[in-house]
Amino acid sequence: MALDPVTQVSGRAVFIPGADIDTDRIIPARFMKCVTFDGLGEFAFYDVRFDSETGGKTAHPLNDPRFEGASILVAGVNFGCGSSREHAPQSLRKYGFNGVIAESFAEIFFGNSTTLAMPCVIATAADVVKLRDAIEANPATVVTIDVENLRVTSACGLNFPVTMTDSAREALVSGRWDPIQELLDNAAAIDAKAKELHYV
Amino acid sequence: MQGAGAPPTPAIFFTMGKSLFQKVWDAHTVGTLADGRTQLFIGTHLIHEVTSPQAFGMLRDLELKVKFPHRTFATVDHIVPTIDQDAPQDPLAAEMMQALRKNADDFGVTYFDLASGKQGIVHVVGPEQGITQPGTTIACGDSHTATHGAFGAIAFGIGTTQVRDVLATQTLALEALKVRRIEVNGDLRPGVYAKDVILHIIRLLGAKGGIGYGYEYAGDVFDRMSIEERMTVCNMSIEGGARCGYVNPDAKTVAYLRGRPYVDMSDFDATALRWLSFASDPDARYDDIVRINAGAIEPTVTWGISPDHGISITETIPDPAKAATPLEKASIEEALAYMKLEAGTPIQGVKIDVAFIGSCTNGRISDFREVAKYIRGHKVAAGVKAIVVPGSQIVAIQCEQEGLPKIFTDAGFEWRGAGCSMCLAMNPDKLVGDQLCASSSNRNFKGRQGSPTGRTVLMSPVMVAAAAINGCISDARELFHLENPAAVA
Repeated sequence: MALDPVTQVSGRAVFIPGADIDTDRIIPARFMKCVTFDGLGEFAFYDVRFDSETGGKTAHPLNDPRFEGASILVAGVNFGCGSSREHAPQSLRKYGFNGVIAESFAEIFFGNSTTLAMPCVIATAADVVKLRDAIEANPATVVTIDVENLRVTSACGLNFPVTMTDSAREALVSGRWDPIQELLDNAAAIDAKAKELHYV
Repeated sequence: MQGAGAPPTPAIFFTMGKSLFQKVWDAHTVGTLADGRTQLFIGTHLIHEVTSPQAFGMLRDLELKVKFPHRTFATVDHIVPTIDQDAPQDPLAAEMMQALRKNADDFGVTYFDLASGKQGIVHVVGPEQGITQPGTTIACGDSHTATHGAFGAIAFGIGTTQVRDVLATQTLALEALKVRRIEVNGDLRPGVYAKDVILHIIRLLGAKGGIGYGYEYAGDVFDRMSIEERMTVCNMSIEGGARCGYVNPDAKTVAYLRGRPYVDMSDFDATALRWLSFASDPDARYDDIVRINAGAIEPTVTWGISPDHGISITETIPDPAKAATPLEKASIEEALAYMKLEAGTPIQGVKIDVAFIGSCTNGRISDFREVAKYIRGHKVAAGVKAIVVPGSQIVAIQCEQEGLPKIFTDAGFEWRGAGCSMCLAMNPDKLVGDQLCASSSNRNFKGRQGSPTGRTVLMSPVMVAAAAINGCISDARELFHLENPAAVA
């Protein structure tokens, strides 16, 4: 299975404020009553985008027409914490996001996102603030995550380094972000390991 | 270098000891992948109805089989109603239950279904069947898989695409974790439970403090804990940001597992020795060590919307004006606004609407026994809905054999069937509006218990019972006279 390398992603960006944004926030549990991931996009951040009493739109950034069509999500610390639900990055992907820039990521979310070819890069708090201010000032500005060189650049002149684990970067830029084929190819080694383990 | 004629030095003197994590990781490493990640063998795969159907769908699309069906174990927990378990009124829930039935049948996977009498929360079922064993790797599409670390297993939650990977290959592409040893030494004070210990640790180290780490829980307190108490602690490793947490296996671990259905008893002594050999070496190297004084831990409750928003029951709700950083200030303000709580006021006395005892954190027989010791002669306060949900059908039967349901119902609690219930709102047990719930579960996120404005206060089961009886968040030590150490197990 040859996969497309993900060397960079670009698009307009939206900043979602708050620390520790958990995967229940990204996709409330009731929308996980499904047997496919189809259709999850419309439920991303549902309970903070819509008032639970009136059903009306809230002041959430994803409801702000200035950020409509944004494909880069910018956030604070510990983004994607909590439940391991892949439904969270799936819903972001289907909503239209191609990449996330945050101060830090919860590990399971990070891994799930990488496997969906959605790069998650870590920026300093100061750079996140600069990026937030830049996109607030000019929501049309195009932001690029350069996965290959681990930098974030913007049409408005921002250019700062970001980090990501070596293995995730390598998996993305070499088109190996979905590891299934490589795992399958090692069938003989898997069988040998299974024989070694007493409990298997 | 040794000079000629010098006595040979045993190689062991030059080898740094290994932690349990390193031993288990090394024993399960299949190879290194092109991107540098380890291909790790997953000896035990637990699955449930919520995060597996898409994985089976991918398997069908790729025309793949389950590689080791005998190492895959399924149960149904998240969506099961706790009243009339096998009759979900929700057609989507029924569809998910049917999908798991079909997938288990089509792919030859063991399924502890409702009719088996062994159904329950996946993290309760694995240990009680003896599937969870020391020195093994365990994965499940559920972040609370860390629970199984209580046995000295490396156990962690995975996404659905990874569920596919384990089904198809019994392996995962993973990066090794660093290991932080968390030592809690000294004596816990009366009325302080395993739940308080882990809430205290998360409060100290933060909800993101464990990112990149596995936690090794060590020291007097964990040595003394029962296996079920260790499960409570390991369960919430993920709330501290650590993907897994474990306690080294010891004689209690062996005793707990002896004779359970999936434990091979043919040469049990050898099996037990092998299990114990995975315990961290005394000279193991750790990436970090944290030491905590057990005597400083008090009954702990959350006040906010992240599990690290914890305070002792005797403290007041944090004041954003006293925050150290603008970020912390904003975080406290957001939490207080959501929780509708006032800065600087005592957490004790905050009125509750719902009380929930159960979940993979605190839904085991020891949890119900402990609460039942104290609630006789008490009544749930008027206007409080209090529900008690055993973690598995087997736990429910144990409770019945010991007469516990009657003790709870006499005190005004509702006694339910096994499932995840009100921990996560995928079944009919949900908060309504901005109800405030005293909960023995693991997450106080916004909306976690099913209402977008519902409020959760995490605490130990005994503290939940005290809150239910008083109608407000309370110090169980006072209500139940727990200060007498002899009265506390």
